[in-house]
Amino acid sequence: MQAATPMRGSSGWQFSPIAWLAEDTLAGIARRRALLGYLFVLPTVLGILIFTAGPVVVSLGLSFFKWNVFQPAEYVGFVNYRRLFNDLRVFISFVNTLKFVLLAVALQIAVSLSIALAVSQRMATWLRYYFRTAFFLPLLMSGAATGVVLGYMLHREFGVVNYYLGLLGIPRIPWLNSSNWVLYTMVLAYVWQNMGFTLVLFIGGLNNIPPEILDAADVDGATGWRRLWHVILPLLSPTMLFALVTGIIGGLQIFDIPYVMTRGGPGDASRTAVMVMYESAFKNMEVGYGSSVAVILFILIMLVTAMQFWLSKRWVFYQ
Amino acid sequence: MQSTRIYGPRTLPTIQRWVEYLRYRVVHWITILILLAGSVIVLAPFAWTIATSMRLPAESFTVPPQWIPTHPDWSNYREVFRKIPFWNQILNSAVVAISVVIGQLATASLAGYAFARLEFPGKSILFWLIMATMMIPLQATIIPVFVLISKLGLPDTLASLILPSLPTAFGTFLLRQYFLQVPKEYEEAAMIDGAGQWWIFSRIYLPLVKSGQAVLAVLTFNYYWNEFFRPLIFLTSKERFTIPLGLNDLKGYMMTGSISVVLAGVVLSLIPVMFVYLLGQRFLIEGIMMGGLKG
Repeated sequence: MQAATPMRGSSGWQFSPIAWLAEDTLAGIARRRALLGYLFVLPTVLGILIFTAGPVVVSLGLSFFKWNVFQPAEYVGFVNYRRLFNDLRVFISFVNTLKFVLLAVALQIAVSLSIALAVSQRMATWLRYYFRTAFFLPLLMSGAATGVVLGYMLHREFGVVNYYLGLLGIPRIPWLNSSNWVLYTMVLAYVWQNMGFTLVLFIGGLNNIPPEILDAADVDGATGWRRLWHVILPLLSPTMLFALVTGIIGGLQIFDIPYVMTRGGPGDASRTAVMVMYESAFKNMEVGYGSSVAVILFILIMLVTAMQFWLSKRWVFYQ
Repeated sequence: MQSTRIYGPRTLPTIQRWVEYLRYRVVHWITILILLAGSVIVLAPFAWTIATSMRLPAESFTVPPQWIPTHPDWSNYREVFRKIPFWNQILNSAVVAISVVIGQLATASLAGYAFARLEFPGKSILFWLIMATMMIPLQATIIPVFVLISKLGLPDTLASLILPSLPTAFGTFLLRQYFLQVPKEYEEAAMIDGAGQWWIFSRIYLPLVKSGQAVLAVLTFNYYWNEFFRPLIFLTSKERFTIPLGLNDLKGYMMTGSISVVLAGVVLSLIPVMFVYLLGQRFLIEGIMMGGLKG
């Protein structure tokens, strides 16, 4: 930036910041723009410091304390972390979460990519519009409403799903009552709700592929699977990376659907990492312990994301 | 599925061309049929919810389901309002979602413009710091934020949901992208005409990023209308609940007694988001794609 013109010298006149800003020169305009810049970013910067950046640091700090809100916090070093790594419930919940993420992200990407490819075929406009709307609609439902509705539909005795499966001769499936099934049920419910997001991503990615490239592939005789595998998928890989990263970050934070459907049961079979964190910090009032769970989850998310970007150098292709 | 072809389709003999064509049509119609079946399955929960919300409470949990309500019973819709303070909860969700939308539009428009168009020392460092916070999950901040909310005397108020949501890293990034697309010449021309900095921002730039603001508004409304985790922690009294919490509460309260009342609540809770979707679907889809193409 330009240095200020005449300023607090020892000479007789006083420096006036208003005159300095209002100066009718290019330097004056630049000063006014800089000031405006600071004023404009102030609410956002301050807000993020107070409500995001600050709290992350505080979370990290709290994880070294024992605190039940009512009594003063007590510094305990790594006790919370030592306890966490020996806590079977925490272990199970993290394993559940990882299993859930793996299955949900894979299924969601496979299903929505297939739908995106199928919908991008030549077909009547209204039909395309209908498909896009139909598959997108569940995204408008809240996780809570999804949990409520699908919870009823998947009820073992009175659920409509088991009724129709029964007509096909399939015995009643304990969707929510069996620890073998419940995690898969969560995956299905979650994919049902979130598929629209990745679908829109993939449709956008497919629309973005230059038609010349597809024509060239056609002339070279690349059709069907070969065209998909060697032409379309590489061109779609940046979209795929985005879908993977957002899908995994979102999946690791899964909470509302299992919370509404089963409260983590039966036993701990559908308990997720965020649920354990919520229970320790806000139900059992073990704020420090809950913070340590949050810190571990945060580190896990960072690691997985960093790893994905690192691995992406090998498979993502930018035009 | 398909064998390698060395020559293009136009050089094939006629019969082979016919087979090729037929195969294309068959594959085409099979995929359409599969899509139709898929869309029916995906839409079924909506249809079932609407249909069952109109069944008699006593019949609500009996199979086979009645997909088309021949004798629609509207009592469930009345009952929702009696069982829980449903008006309050709808209103609470609306207040939270609309306040956050307005607040985020304000903060993100200002910051997005500053990061796109103004020059000031420390700009890029600040920008990247803000972008880095997008990586931070809600769970890693919620405990200290709750402590802060309690210290401010705000637990169990809607303000506890609104205030921390006003700054937005994502919105700032999104609107910055839109501001960057506006040609610099507009600004230069205005400056030559002697326009002030605020005037340039509010009269020239803001109207040109309306579609970006619409994108942010639709995404934000949808998110905060449906939000569950923070309300669950911050709110304790039923009159202050937002609608997703209310539904969860109603479900526990009704158990398997009359699910049609709960489903009537679900239907009512969907109306505002559906309305926003109808008005702004273009922006909702544009917003999701923006993320995908820029990310």
